[in-house]
Amino acid sequence: MDMNALPRTSADNLTDADRRLVAAIQHGLPLVSHPYAVLGDQCGMTEEQVMTRLAGLLADGTIKRLGVVVRHRELGYRANAMVVWDIADDKVSELGHCIGRFEFVTLCYRRPRRLPAWPYNLFCMIHGQDRDAVLERVRQIEQHCQIADVPHEVLFSRRRFKQRGAIYAPLQPGSNT
Amino acid sequence: MDDIDRAIINALQDGFPVCERPYAAAAEKIGIDEAELLRRLAALREQNTISRFGPLFHAERLGGALTLAAMRIPQQEMERVVALVNAHPEVAHNYERAHVFNMWFVLATETEAELLAVIQTIETETGYPVYNMPKLEEYYLNLRFAV
Repeated sequence: MDMNALPRTSADNLTDADRRLVAAIQHGLPLVSHPYAVLGDQCGMTEEQVMTRLAGLLADGTIKRLGVVVRHRELGYRANAMVVWDIADDKVSELGHCIGRFEFVTLCYRRPRRLPAWPYNLFCMIHGQDRDAVLERVRQIEQHCQIADVPHEVLFSRRRFKQRGAIYAPLQPGSNT
Repeated sequence: MDDIDRAIINALQDGFPVCERPYAAAAEKIGIDEAELLRRLAALREQNTISRFGPLFHAERLGGALTLAAMRIPQQEMERVVALVNAHPEVAHNYERAHVFNMWFVLATETEAELLAVIQTIETETGYPVYNMPKLEEYYLNLRFAV
């Protein structure tokens, strides 16, 4: 049966085999010549089945990308800022897309305000070699998206307290959450 | 880190092949052989340049729950609160930022209910409120860094 033909839009559509595969792969791909065969051994699938399911999970977006995730600080991106804006609700989507188009923006999300303490609803991350480079990039965004008069703040990171590898909880085979 | 390491990082941030010998296929594109790619990836992981080599999941599609949470912690309390917060395995990363909201961490759990339970536990343990700011809409995500 061609598993890839099945529409998969939510976790309910993940099979037990998928969950075993996700659990096996979440800590990383083995550094061996046939990594998909090793994963198969760990979750009771053949090498070919692993490849078929991985291709399916990539195609439907359950896996956004397979590859390396770097530690940006170790690569010379010393300055990392979360930039937040207080954008009118009816403009936030348009401006989110405008800001997301800059190649130096690594993510751009709408999040809830937490009034009165926190008035900002649009968040993006900008990484740069140093603080000045990041601030120059913020100015570019303001100019291009015409939001120079919108209240915003630039929150530079000071210390990394924790960064663990996988960013989600281990999945129990058969759990249907 | 030399030019070959840089080429490896740049190439493998864009994706990794799904075939029987993916390292051999990826190595060929970079112009090295499979053994060298495996050796260098192991070294990059050892040096902590690479935090992860594998899949970047769409957490919501897996049924997982994810949020960004912020706290306002007085400087003299910081070390105590960091230890309490980081002790939770659900805390994926945690950064100090230069702002009155000075602690920002990502929580990942299997369900929404667990997320709220962890937040409540952290509030009780630390004595400070946790501001829960889940993603409402995603406009862009690309965790790619040219090196």
